Amino acid sequence: MPISPNLRARLTLGGYLAVALAALAVLPWIGAEPLDGEQLVAFFRDGQQTPHAQILLQQRLPRILLALLVGGMLSLTGATLQVLFRNPLAEPWTLGVAGGAAVGAFLTQAFPALNLACGPLSSTQALALLGAAVAMGMVWLFARRAGAPTVHTLLLAGVTLSIVCSGAMLLLVYIVSPFEVLSFNRWMMGGLDVLGYRELVSVLVLGMPGVLLLLSLARAYNHLAFSEELALGHGVDVARVKRLTFLGAGVATAACVAVAGPIGFIGMIVPHVVRCLSGFDYRMVLPCAFLLGGSVLAVCDGIARTVIAPTEIPVGVITAVIGGPAFLYLLGKR
Amino acid sequence: MNSGNPIDLDAVRFQYASDGWSLELPRLRIGVERFTCIVGPNGSGKSTLLRLAAGLLKPVSGAVRLDGKSLSGFPRRALARRIGFLPQESPPLFDYAVEEVVRLGRYVHSGWFGEADADGQRAVDKALSDVGLTAQRLRPLSHLSGGERKRAMIAAVLAQESGLLLLDEPTAALDIHHAAAVMRLLARLGRRGRAVVVVTHELNLAALFAERLLLLVGGRVIADGPPSHVVRAEVLREAYGDDIMVREHPETGGPLVVARRCGAGDAGGNDAD
Repeated sequence: MPISPNLRARLTLGGYLAVALAALAVLPWIGAEPLDGEQLVAFFRDGQQTPHAQILLQQRLPRILLALLVGGMLSLTGATLQVLFRNPLAEPWTLGVAGGAAVGAFLTQAFPALNLACGPLSSTQALALLGAAVAMGMVWLFARRAGAPTVHTLLLAGVTLSIVCSGAMLLLVYIVSPFEVLSFNRWMMGGLDVLGYRELVSVLVLGMPGVLLLLSLARAYNHLAFSEELALGHGVDVARVKRLTFLGAGVATAACVAVAGPIGFIGMIVPHVVRCLSGFDYRMVLPCAFLLGGSVLAVCDGIARTVIAPTEIPVGVITAVIGGPAFLYLLGKR
Repeated sequence: MNSGNPIDLDAVRFQYASDGWSLELPRLRIGVERFTCIVGPNGSGKSTLLRLAAGLLKPVSGAVRLDGKSLSGFPRRALARRIGFLPQESPPLFDYAVEEVVRLGRYVHSGWFGEADADGQRAVDKALSDVGLTAQRLRPLSHLSGGERKRAMIAAVLAQESGLLLLDEPTAALDIHHAAAVMRLLARLGRRGRAVVVVTHELNLAALFAERLLLLVGGRVIADGPPSHVVRAEVLREAYGDDIMVREHPETGGPLVVARRCGAGDAGGNDAD
């Protein structure tokens, strides 16, 4: 019996939501330190402050929520950039946008004098936004100037930009404080180790408007997937969609990077998986990429927290180790 | 469906910044006749003319008007309700299914996240049956033949329900059977109350089906009128050189263009590019 498209869409979304909720329910229990049931009971029943309750509520839970949010935002942003640049391998990292944002955010770490905060918003975010804007502008100009760049030239430019950004940050670290190279890992590879909910709020406040903006353009991306002229013929205001996509993607990327550093590949692979699993209609692709991207990053972070416990690996290392080969495979397949 | 959408091109001049090539048009009104074909050699400005009429390009001087109002004054959405435009080739990034493609044409009629209302579905169903793809509606584009893909793209413009259709080479890369089928379909749509304007290289099909032909050469209109007026050897030679002859179509008695076996050497005035 055929099911109606509406019901099918709801079931699909429900499925992705279930995966995200499962990640949220299971992952807090996994970690370097096995949680002691008695301590948790003591906290939840008697209100007693116990170390394990602290670990659960102030370390693992906020961290997993942050992973869900950042992974979701990067994946959704990647899905939109893939259409905008007509390149299925585009995403904030491979285009160099995440790298640019990281350089901006990194400035406030290297030069604490630059570090100002106003509620959940901070100069770190502002500089990340500036860095993302500069990088996106460079890639866009490159794409325009080279006429219609092939898949490979655009990615070459983007990945090169990412490397230049990493190099610039390393250079700064060595000049400013050569003994603290390790602590700047996050700005090279990305990491989600946070304490409490401050970072989560700051990502939400800056990033969510960007995400909602991109979601509101979902239908237009289906038209742009053909060509700008076709989209115009169908009544899509292409120039506006492009402007708003730059804005939304830049804001969402900057919000993620300002907290978690440049986490690569998640924004490229997740949209691919979603399109393989549940079709190409961007009204579905975008929300599903958000839900799946969050789950995937939360799982990757779970691996990063546990695989060499009690030490941790930056989560960007895990996504790069898994995502890099997948990227090469997809690049070769085209 | 409204059919009163003639577009007035008023002393329009257009020039690409990169070279000296320019398109200069007299006072021209298109979209009154049911089926108009714009023909001419490569590089003669056919597609440019169509893009100007669709509001995709802005003229350097002169004006393109709908209801006496310049096209640039219309929001894109409002314009697309009146004028449907299909560009030449738009290979999609992803492998959409036929019905998804046709539904794209409903963009102007729906809100933020789209609609699954009865009206929209009816328009999609009708467009699919008009182009004969009802049975293939769930097939992905990559599983279709070139002709079927073209018809799917045409169906999307049909579902838009605009009174005027501007199509750029809907018969490109189609074999004679499929090309004729597409032209027959467009002529039929014209008879059902829409105005159709098509850019094509298929002189014979254009002569067979069109009510009006516009012949462009080097950015100028050199002939404009019914096929019997435009498809004459002395007119076509100006566009295509001396290598052609005009005979009589065995079925309709209309003009039929054939190539000579022995050309006049490197006849001038051929393809500009």
